[in-house]
Amino acid sequence: MSTVVQHPGSLKGARLPKWSPWAIAGGSVAVSVGLGLAAGIESRIQWGLIASLLFVLGTYVLAARVEGRRQAKDRIATSLVWVAFLLAVVPLFSLVWSTVERGVKVLDVYFLTHSMGVVGDSEPGGGIYHAIIGTLEQVGIATLIAAPIGVLTAIYLVEYGRGALARAVTFFVDVMTGIPSIVAGLFILSLLLILDMSFSGFAGALALAILMMPVVVRSTEEMLKLVPNELREASLALGVPKWRTILKVVLPTAVGGITTGVMLAVARIAGETAPVLLLVFGNPFINNNPFDGAQASLPLYIYQQYANSAGSEAAYDRAWAAALTLIAFVMILNLAARGIARWKAPKTGR
Amino acid sequence: MDTTQITDAPPPSPRPPVLVPGRAARAATRPGDRVFLGLARGSGIFLLLVMAAIAVFLTWRAAAAISEDEGNFLTTFEWNTAGTEPVFGIAVLAYGTVVSSVIAMLIAVPIAVAIALFLTHYAPRRLSGPIAYVIDLLAAVPSIVYGLWGALILVPHMNGLFGWLDDYLGWTGVFDWEGGPARSMLTVGILLAVMILPIITNVSREVFRQVPRMHEEAALALGATRWEVIRMAVLPFGRSGVISASMLGLGRALGETMAVATVLSPDFLIHGSLLNPGGGTFAQNIASKFGEADEFGRDALIASGLVLFVITLLVNGAARAIIARRKEYSGANA
Amino acid sequence: MAKRIDVSGLSAYYGPFRAIEDISMTVEPRSVTAFIGPSGCGKSTFLRTLNRMHEVTPGGRVEGKVMLDAEDLYGTGVDPVTVRREVGMVFQRPNPFPTMSVYDNVAAGLRLNGSYKKSQLDDVVEKSLRGANLWNEVKDRLNKPGSGLSGGQQQRLCIARAIAVEPKVLLMDEPCSALDPISTLAIEDLIGELKQRFTIVIVTHNMQQAARVSDRTAFFNLAAVGQPGRLIEIDDTERIFSNPSVQATEDYISGRFG
Repeated sequence: MSTVVQHPGSLKGARLPKWSPWAIAGGSVAVSVGLGLAAGIESRIQWGLIASLLFVLGTYVLAARVEGRRQAKDRIATSLVWVAFLLAVVPLFSLVWSTVERGVKVLDVYFLTHSMGVVGDSEPGGGIYHAIIGTLEQVGIATLIAAPIGVLTAIYLVEYGRGALARAVTFFVDVMTGIPSIVAGLFILSLLLILDMSFSGFAGALALAILMMPVVVRSTEEMLKLVPNELREASLALGVPKWRTILKVVLPTAVGGITTGVMLAVARIAGETAPVLLLVFGNPFINNNPFDGAQASLPLYIYQQYANSAGSEAAYDRAWAAALTLIAFVMILNLAARGIARWKAPKTGR
Repeated sequence: MDTTQITDAPPPSPRPPVLVPGRAARAATRPGDRVFLGLARGSGIFLLLVMAAIAVFLTWRAAAAISEDEGNFLTTFEWNTAGTEPVFGIAVLAYGTVVSSVIAMLIAVPIAVAIALFLTHYAPRRLSGPIAYVIDLLAAVPSIVYGLWGALILVPHMNGLFGWLDDYLGWTGVFDWEGGPARSMLTVGILLAVMILPIITNVSREVFRQVPRMHEEAALALGATRWEVIRMAVLPFGRSGVISASMLGLGRALGETMAVATVLSPDFLIHGSLLNPGGGTFAQNIASKFGEADEFGRDALIASGLVLFVITLLVNGAARAIIARRKEYSGANA
Repeated sequence: MAKRIDVSGLSAYYGPFRAIEDISMTVEPRSVTAFIGPSGCGKSTFLRTLNRMHEVTPGGRVEGKVMLDAEDLYGTGVDPVTVRREVGMVFQRPNPFPTMSVYDNVAAGLRLNGSYKKSQLDDVVEKSLRGANLWNEVKDRLNKPGSGLSGGQQQRLCIARAIAVEPKVLLMDEPCSALDPISTLAIEDLIGELKQRFTIVIVTHNMQQAARVSDRTAFFNLAAVGQPGRLIEIDDTERIFSNPSVQATEDYISGRFG
């Protein structure tokens, strides 16, 4: 290459040095901080926005001068993509950070083991025991309803389903996936109104089950489709009836993925607030019976601590602590689900 | 190899070899198979029934409420269901729902696409795996937590931006700000954007990852820069995938309840400015009004929920149609 | 205990498409019959009609008669599940159940059909693995996953699994096409031993293999792509390979096919 340097049409064009993006980034941050201080702009968000703008513009101008227009366009795309990424990281990071930072304030054993029974909404003290009980019961019941129906439906679609019924089921499972959670809540509410029944954890669980079923069907379907047809044929060729083939060969092969899908669905409905608000209503006391009377639940607790306390710091602290608990619960479920997926992944050996 | 051990003695045979089972003449299906198929098919039918029941019951209750409505259900700017002459309409809610979702889409889609490109084409390999994983996890954060964060952290931080927008763009009317708390449609839109960002990013990333290497290499071999490769090969291939991902996000944004209910300070007017508090969305209105509603009030809320249901069905239907059309073209040259 | 297969006027369809047409032949007990022919001529489809696996494929449909000794496989009231217990099958690619150990794989056919005493199962597993010439190689790792074996061992494991339920007929669909030459040789030796106990039908693309292992050979062909496959002739293997009575067979065997 060295021999063709300086030659017209050389392979080596003028390039910005490798450290240039960092330098430009540093420069634009410095300038934006200077501008921000000078102009007295308070919001750090604006500092960041100015810095990103300077970074993108600076990159373009420099690159256009040194490397030419095409390279400059490439550079500007690169810097835009980076900026977009950083821009998105800020709120997401802030979300996690503030939940953890504020959540740990009151999160302790007392908080986890006491209810709000004797504590006013704006007073300090109290805990989320009743809400944890409610969430576990409602999500548990919903899972007991939705998981078998979802898995069986997926089995029907993959192993048996052809024809109009299967197509209809596939279509409406898609439709169901898109139902807003509050609409599922309203549906059960309309049932309650018609049957003249009142709030209960069970009613909430029914709405959660509606939200969970299509998710379970979809994920189970994907997993069953991954089971190679050869295994089904091998089993059938041994003279094993189809239902036993499904139960003893197909399902065990896919069980890891199915479990993962169910757990992810559980994690999703555990955070649902809207249907619980409509159907379970909330209750500061411990109610262990999901079939009778209003209950609490973690997401609902967060909302009510926020909404009903007229800005009391104590209530906000409890809301953050409950949010941290809920996030921890959901994350643990997620991580466990992924762990199972990896651990139980069919070993091909080939 | 050891073969001498084979004897001709048959092992315990499961049952005498008869092809025709003794009893039933038409025993082509066995009881086990019939029961199992029945269960599986029954579950599928049950799902259909649930869907039908949702439509029927919502419509039933909604029709009862709308027939008593003294105002026009579609155009009235009021939600008063308590009195003997109930007056309620969804105009404000429809406007608020559409506006907040559109803002969310305008912010979230470009950023999500950029992040997806970042993960598939820009980030170092070692980074992109963990980041994708974290974004996956963020998609699982419950909406109420976003709502809490939005109300307590995001709202105070919006003041600077709002002031700036008012200073420079206030003359448009759209960005006029009277200095109240930032519990407005724009904040809601931004919060919704943050919420749907992970979903759109995830789906778009999957789509970009499926771009045939061949296409990209063809572009590279023509001397294209990375951006040109993306424009020539990646974006055209991924366009419909990104559209359907956005539709999924839009569906979430339209139906989001808690995040809006915590952040927005609602009223029943359509405001020209996005920065001043007020307005409302279907889901938010249901959540906020539910506590004090009597039975008729609940029916009225159900009526508004039915409208939301239909809107999300249409959006999801459009997304599915786009995905289905894409399937016809994909794979042919992969 | 091996049984004779008598096929008459058999056609098989995939939906409206007729894959094979009007096939009649007899397969003698305790013999190896090889099916040869170009790709797509329907030999595998035909094989799958012999234990009613064809109808597992969506749209799969069969007309005609397949007599197993005195019983028609497609007669009214015949349970395909029972048929498949009588007529076992080994597939092109080794397909041990990935969730099961070597032992469980062999015992699968019996276990999935009912409950058995442990000691009984132990006997059957050992006998089947010996029968598949695999016992010495796996007796120390019966509880390891079956998918951990080599390709050739996996295929012999699948054979052991098939013969554990004591079928009368064993169908093999290109059992060596995914294997290396040494594993292929092991399977071919095994086929030679198994024919003392079973009626064996093997589909193969490899004409040398057909010549080596089979007693009788059937040649299938199709007039053109999109046409149904037909049985051209079936005869003693020696005759097919030295002096076939149909010109097309000779062309195919001598490589002048085209």
